[in-house]
Amino acid sequence: MSEITREDVQHLAGLARIALTDDEVTSLTSELSAIVDAIATVSEIAGPDVPATSHPVPLSNVMRADEVGETLSAEQVFAGAPSHDGERFRVSAILGEEQ
Amino acid sequence: MDFDEALERFEPVLGFEVHVELGTRTKMFSAAPNPAHPDFHDAEPNTLVDPLSLGLPGSLPVVNAEAVRYSISLGLALGCEIAQSCRFARKNYFYPDTPKNYQISQYDEPIAFEGAVEIELADGRQVSIPIERAHMEEDAGKLTHVGGSTGRIQGAEYSLVDYNRAGVPLVEIVTKPIFGAEHDAPEIAKRYVAAIRDIVLSLGISEARMERGNLRCDANVSLRPRGQEALGTRTETKNVNSLRSVERAVRYEIQRQAAILAAGGTIVQETRHWHEDTGATSPGRPKSDADDYRYFPEPDLLPLAPSRELVEELRSQLPEQPVAHRRRLKAEWGFTDLEFQDVVNGDMLHLVEATVVAGATPQAARKWWTGEIARLANEQGVEASSLVEPEHVAQLQALVDEGALTDRLARQVLEGVIAGEGAPAEVVEARGLKVVTDESALVAAVDEALASQPDVLQKIRDGKVQAAGAVIGAVMKAMRGQADAARVREIVLQRAMD
Repeated sequence: MSEITREDVQHLAGLARIALTDDEVTSLTSELSAIVDAIATVSEIAGPDVPATSHPVPLSNVMRADEVGETLSAEQVFAGAPSHDGERFRVSAILGEEQ
Repeated sequence: MDFDEALERFEPVLGFEVHVELGTRTKMFSAAPNPAHPDFHDAEPNTLVDPLSLGLPGSLPVVNAEAVRYSISLGLALGCEIAQSCRFARKNYFYPDTPKNYQISQYDEPIAFEGAVEIELADGRQVSIPIERAHMEEDAGKLTHVGGSTGRIQGAEYSLVDYNRAGVPLVEIVTKPIFGAEHDAPEIAKRYVAAIRDIVLSLGISEARMERGNLRCDANVSLRPRGQEALGTRTETKNVNSLRSVERAVRYEIQRQAAILAAGGTIVQETRHWHEDTGATSPGRPKSDADDYRYFPEPDLLPLAPSRELVEELRSQLPEQPVAHRRRLKAEWGFTDLEFQDVVNGDMLHLVEATVVAGATPQAARKWWTGEIARLANEQGVEASSLVEPEHVAQLQALVDEGALTDRLARQVLEGVIAGEGAPAEVVEARGLKVVTDESALVAAVDEALASQPDVLQKIRDGKVQAAGAVIGAVMKAMRGQADAARVREIVLQRAMD
């Protein structure tokens, strides 16, 4: 059994900005544990000689030329904005510090 | 605590993270114009954005090939190895300047690693700064905090976001811990950032203007008691946006930490903010664990595997190292040791060089930067580079050389340029500062001055040519200084003998 605790789940939920009820924390704690265990099983089979796969498609170096493409109009830019001043998006005052 | 006392009791260990905005035409992962490219500097907010810059659903990143070339060149210039294969990663956090809610960066597989940068201190000693890695990532948007106390986060009522900068290609250069800096720590900090700036400029991959945020430095400082092996707790000072600030911030942190440790306190591992106005740092957020960013490989981008042919091609195109570059310039310009040291120590080499490239003679360029411009920068407490463009200095000198301006008028024009009145020619026009070349006006002024000083006129006629000075002075005054004194002298002597 892996060691996912309720605190781990609450911490992750906080980082992901997801509000969870106590019941949800309980069920996610056991579900995440099961997932981590399943992945641990894979690790047992794939030894250190098998590199981790992050990209299943054997392609690399897909790039584009440095050429300017289309930009959005102001109307398009702010179409989905809850609040703006015509030039910039307006967001709630931010508590805490810049990253 | 006094700096010397702090150094007596503690050994400082430094580390730097320098972010360089690459000056490609487009962004790191999309074809939107890049505000770090000179063509797009002055764009209005949110005009350099496409769906990816805004993190709109369904938009997908594609790597900018030129940004990769720039990054490899920079890695090579830092003496790094270039990865055979590397990948991008998501760094997850919520902040309104990052609309995707993650930043695409590189985590476990940077494109360049294990290098070193040689720097030269004022007294000529060379120090090698070990480089841990240089990785590619994208910049965030720009926030303006409104309300509360002038633009600070604390007390702001709301914030405005401009996403022009979101997605600008960045290379983050991370040093290894730097030991043995001792009393030179502040100078090493400054010279290191200047060296990165010089390398980036010589590669032509960024304008590297600190005041514009093209080059940004986070300075890590920790102290350990003399004789202790384990490293002390470090702080990371952000917002250090000039070479002078880098030097001051490192000195300040050494003294601040030493005082706390000496009083039996402990240092909190945190981000601190540098305040240029007060010359102090203030606490920011506690430093997040890397784990809290939940890095994972970016599924929307494929790995990069720079071919060895490309790496060797870029290596063959590397410009000379900054130390060699300096030696060559000194020889080419024919400066004396003293003149050259003046330029280097004033951190004006790149400015003088750019001015020479723009057409001025090395001596004229040197005189402007180490003379009048340095004086004004000093007076205003800012960096010389933020006052005036090298091209404008070259244009100003050209006006002097062609006789349109006297030295005195040129200084007035410089003031106008610095005040934002435009290019030198525009300032001359707007302020009406051109040298009076109208011969008839000069002759009339000379005649008037001679008539009002008959005794002087007699002396000149008697062969006492030096007496002409008084007349020349009167004419220059009448012309409000806007005349070429040598020409006035010729006219005075000519008219006196008539």
